[in-house]
Amino acid sequence: MQAFTRHSGIVAPLDRPNVDTDAIIPKQYLKSIKRSGFGPNAFDDWRYLDEGGPDIDDSTRRINPEFILNQQPYDRATVLLARENFGCGSSREHAVWALTDFGFRAVIAPGFADIFFNNSFKNGLLPITLDSAVVDSLFGKVQQNRGIEFTIDLESQTVTAGEDVYAFEIDEFKKYCMLNGLDDIGLTLQHADQITAYEQERKQKLPWLF
Amino acid sequence: MTARTLYDKLWDDHVVRTEDDGTALLYIDRHLVHEVTSPQAFEGLRIAGRKPWRTDSVLAVPDHNVPTTDRSAGIEDPVARLQVKTLDNNCSEFGLTEFDMSDIRQGIVHVIGPEQGATLPGMTVVCGDSHTSTHGAFGALAFGIGTSEVEHVLATQCLLQKKSKNMLVSVDGHVNEGITAKDIVLAIIGEIGTAGGTGFAIEFGGDAIRALSMEGRMTVCNMAIEAGARAGMVGVDATTIDYVNNRPYAPQGEMRDRAIENWQQLHSDSDAVFDKVVHIDAASIRPQVTWGTSPEMVVAIDAGVPDPDTVKDRVKADGMRKALAYMGLEAGMPINRIAVDKVFIGSCTNSRIEDLRAAAKVAQGRKVANNIKLAMVVPGSGLVKQQAEKEGLDKVFLEAGFEWREPGCSMCLAMNADRLEPGERCASTSNRNFEGRQGQGGRTHLVSPAMAAAAAVAGHFVDVNDLMSHN
Repeated sequence: MQAFTRHSGIVAPLDRPNVDTDAIIPKQYLKSIKRSGFGPNAFDDWRYLDEGGPDIDDSTRRINPEFILNQQPYDRATVLLARENFGCGSSREHAVWALTDFGFRAVIAPGFADIFFNNSFKNGLLPITLDSAVVDSLFGKVQQNRGIEFTIDLESQTVTAGEDVYAFEIDEFKKYCMLNGLDDIGLTLQHADQITAYEQERKQKLPWLF
Repeated sequence: MTARTLYDKLWDDHVVRTEDDGTALLYIDRHLVHEVTSPQAFEGLRIAGRKPWRTDSVLAVPDHNVPTTDRSAGIEDPVARLQVKTLDNNCSEFGLTEFDMSDIRQGIVHVIGPEQGATLPGMTVVCGDSHTSTHGAFGALAFGIGTSEVEHVLATQCLLQKKSKNMLVSVDGHVNEGITAKDIVLAIIGEIGTAGGTGFAIEFGGDAIRALSMEGRMTVCNMAIEAGARAGMVGVDATTIDYVNNRPYAPQGEMRDRAIENWQQLHSDSDAVFDKVVHIDAASIRPQVTWGTSPEMVVAIDAGVPDPDTVKDRVKADGMRKALAYMGLEAGMPINRIAVDKVFIGSCTNSRIEDLRAAAKVAQGRKVANNIKLAMVVPGSGLVKQQAEKEGLDKVFLEAGFEWREPGCSMCLAMNADRLEPGERCASTSNRNFEGRQGQGGRTHLVSPAMAAAAAVAGHFVDVNDLMSHN
């Protein structure tokens, strides 16, 4: 996994609540058996005017000029500013893969759906939860300064937007894994003996589960 | 010992170890696998040279991509065919049990787990699918995970988790005639919102929940995720134990007696404290219909489409306007005047035998209205289909003008050929009315199976009680 330490980048505002994972990556792309190549289809229904699919060449499709990520400089954005309940719905990790493949490194919102939130950490995409009044003011800043860059520092847990610095919370363990780009399967397997011991005890106590 | 909630008990029972910040390594008893969210996880195992930790904990089934029409020629779409084939190959390579497309037991993963007794009280159940919350109906801790977590569970039998907070949603009293589990859960989501349960595990309780069959409880827990909660659950009682009894994967004989003794502890202690408690008056619940593009955008059948101009919160009002534009509706329009084009009865929310019986009762002796282009019934599994046919439900549907299909996820998410065309409006018993969910530009209204069947015969939404009393 790509580590996340400090990142500065253009912020794209996506001003709608409850952006679901079906919107982030529509189902026809879930037929892929790979982890990559989802970027051109991130927000597919909003990004293009015609329907796409795994066997359709996206370069031949009609772009929706009104959609924020089709506008400069947001087509180069690496930070997404979003509203409440971002990433709700389906557990598809393809939504995170689509965002990282597009180039996003972080999403800032007043709240995230739990599964999306967890999936993000497995792929080096940092979900940052800030108070909704703060997010509101960040939308104001982005509107006033098109193309503004925010700097996100994970070590100090801060988002710097112009003159203002906002602190965010993050679990210590998630922070440690993100900072170091750690594969948690490897970490968990360091405790294989403990898992085996637990399992043996469980087998004795609740044999019908085995 | 301090009083504990059901969630506390299930959690405590599965913790292998805890990190300093409270992140726990949680043991997983049952891992359900389907074709869409697993290929990259198996590929990850292969790349790292790892093997599944416990093969007997896994039950795999293709469901999202499978055709619901004649399967004898296989899957026409080459991309979907490869994905299903990849699941078959991965299961045989790693020695995992799979009910493949030709197996009578094949069906939607959240239907077959309980049907086989592969979901048992007291288990942790995970699947790379958000509707895994369904299995919480059995007094289990069940939640959806992403593909990286699927790989993590395959490799370690564990997951890294932070404990959620406890919420009790108590549906007090009794529902009126014609009100189903789907109406109850849509009313709950309307009340607490789609982010209302975020960060919580929800226990559903109260007399109206206790009175539900296991099928009904599964419908309610299935949509806990639509209220933002990864896990929904119901305490174990006689209804639970009766359902589990004699299922193929459930314990038998002396082992069964021991298990039942253990399962009877799986309910919240009477003095357990919840972080949040919500009360819903069951008698106030009317048949529900969603009008927008989020499951919280829901009203009663006799209401009108809400007006965003009356909503103070700007972000919320804008969201409502976008939803109305997408849905092609106007504020104030009576719900029971909205005409539909297609009707879908199926999905992991509502494709069990009880759902099909409820829909068939409405369809019996009636005809699908002329303006309906397609009304389809997709049973949740091969065994549900078999049972329905034994009861003659297939004939009721076919005579009324419905199509009777093979089991799968079908038009709930339209990964296979079953889908809406742009602008088409659907009365659907599924769980998500998101933009494009059932096909790009498609407009979804979520309802119960009885309400979907009623919409099919009336050609527009109608209170199923009115329809039934007129004949």
